[in-house]
Amino acid sequence: MDLRVENLSHSYNNLEVLRDLNLTIPHGEIVCVIGPSGCGKSTLLRLLGGLEKPSEGRILQLGEAPSGSLNPLTYVFQDFALLPWRTVEGNISLVLEPHGLSAEEKERRIADVLERTRLSDFRKAVPKQLSGGMKQRVAIARALAVNPAVLLMDEPLSALDSQTRELLMDDLSGLWQREPFTSCYITHNLNEAVRLGHKVVVLSRRPGIIREIVEIDIPLAERDVSNPKLAALQQQLWEMMRDEAQTADMELAAG
Amino acid sequence: MSDTTPMAGQIPAASAPAGGAGKPVTFRGGGFSPKPRKLVGLLVFVVLIALWELGSRAGVISSLVLPAPSEAFGAFMDLANSGNLWRHLSASLQRLVIGFACGVSLGLIFGTAAGLSSVARAAITPLVSAIFPIPKIALLPLFIIWFGIGEGSKVATILFGCFFPMVIATYSAIDNVDRTLIRMGQSFSLSRAQIIWKIVLPAALPGILSGTRIAASISIILLVAAEMIGAEYGIGAYVLLAGNLMATDQLIAGVAILSLLGLAVNWLISRLENHFLGWRN
Repeated sequence: MDLRVENLSHSYNNLEVLRDLNLTIPHGEIVCVIGPSGCGKSTLLRLLGGLEKPSEGRILQLGEAPSGSLNPLTYVFQDFALLPWRTVEGNISLVLEPHGLSAEEKERRIADVLERTRLSDFRKAVPKQLSGGMKQRVAIARALAVNPAVLLMDEPLSALDSQTRELLMDDLSGLWQREPFTSCYITHNLNEAVRLGHKVVVLSRRPGIIREIVEIDIPLAERDVSNPKLAALQQQLWEMMRDEAQTADMELAAG
Repeated sequence: MSDTTPMAGQIPAASAPAGGAGKPVTFRGGGFSPKPRKLVGLLVFVVLIALWELGSRAGVISSLVLPAPSEAFGAFMDLANSGNLWRHLSASLQRLVIGFACGVSLGLIFGTAAGLSSVARAAITPLVSAIFPIPKIALLPLFIIWFGIGEGSKVATILFGCFFPMVIATYSAIDNVDRTLIRMGQSFSLSRAQIIWKIVLPAALPGILSGTRIAASISIILLVAAEMIGAEYGIGAYVLLAGNLMATDQLIAGVAILSLLGLAVNWLISRLENHFLGWRN
């Protein structure tokens, strides 16, 4: 299933946040959206998943969601959003409970996603016992459990320290290589964008418009830290964003 | 500090000889982290009661002003042996349990409504703010007219006393529920009822339980006050009678029963907290 954004604009009261965006998130690809802080990246993601109504324009789902998809548009949140009183398994089962699955089917899905995220040994742990990286793995497992058509990721690695971030990037890359998923991945970290994105959408500062869409045709498997092409790409993206980021920074400082 | 003025650019402290007699860094951290010391509390009780008993026996404390703990215990045993203890206690407990349970349940329902719906909140909160500060005991005469001199008026007093703090605790606890958890529930297409039952209420439970604790203390206070105004049986009636007869030993025994009652209720709520909020530790 593809997700298409057509002439999308959004404002809060009189504050224009996004202006006339056109964008397609094609099946089986990761589309990264980067931009300076306050450019409306997160707003775009909330609009994509229907947590907010756009002021103008529309968002279309093209094609059918995969069979067995319980929640086609599924989020992974920056701050994990795990229920602290439920175990790892309980947090995953929470999102399966509304769908009236049989006990075996639920168990099968839980075991499968725990296996894919290498969490099988932590089934009975509660979030408090887990590190930040593990919590985000649980959140990713929960998102995969409903077999989403499009994963909407809102800065999923921003709350983690840089080493954990590297590990999780490898994990996400590995997950995609084993079983490609469709995703819109919001980040302010250019390294994440070039490591995981098939397409990188650069937004301007507020009101957010698409400045550029950069296609990256290096296979995910070859994108390790030492790849010089990636460094060049990252540099190129930074050049594009630098002035915008600086202006946005000054705006915040002045306001 | 010293009379040797260092040259510009030199650092005076660096002149200390390496490996010479250094000054150890003084420790100035630590403290500010009280740890549980169960025995100390018990010891304070034992020492105080022992001093009191000794003072009474030595004649320093007149038995009319403050009877010895042993005399109060004697009065308690008399009460227990006469069979009246159970009569007083069961009357009190019945009022307490009915009033508290109804007050807390109604408070939960109205508080949840106020926490979730804008209309309910606009309707309920001004009313709560207006009635909460009234000492409920001042309404007792009115309750006696409405519900009769018997059990009804006493239960109603306790019910009203519990209801308002419960409403406030519940809706503020719901206000403080992490909105990202609610957004998460919506993003996975959980129904409104499921979000309330599986996310909002469990997340609000710590606040709701501390509200229950406050409601429990208030209900014991109101129980005694209501029983002192008009009741044949009940711990409050027993204490009032003892006071009227200047039977201070019975009075102390009655007060001790009330204290134990309060401790028991607190213990029960702590057990509930351990059971439901175990995930916090």
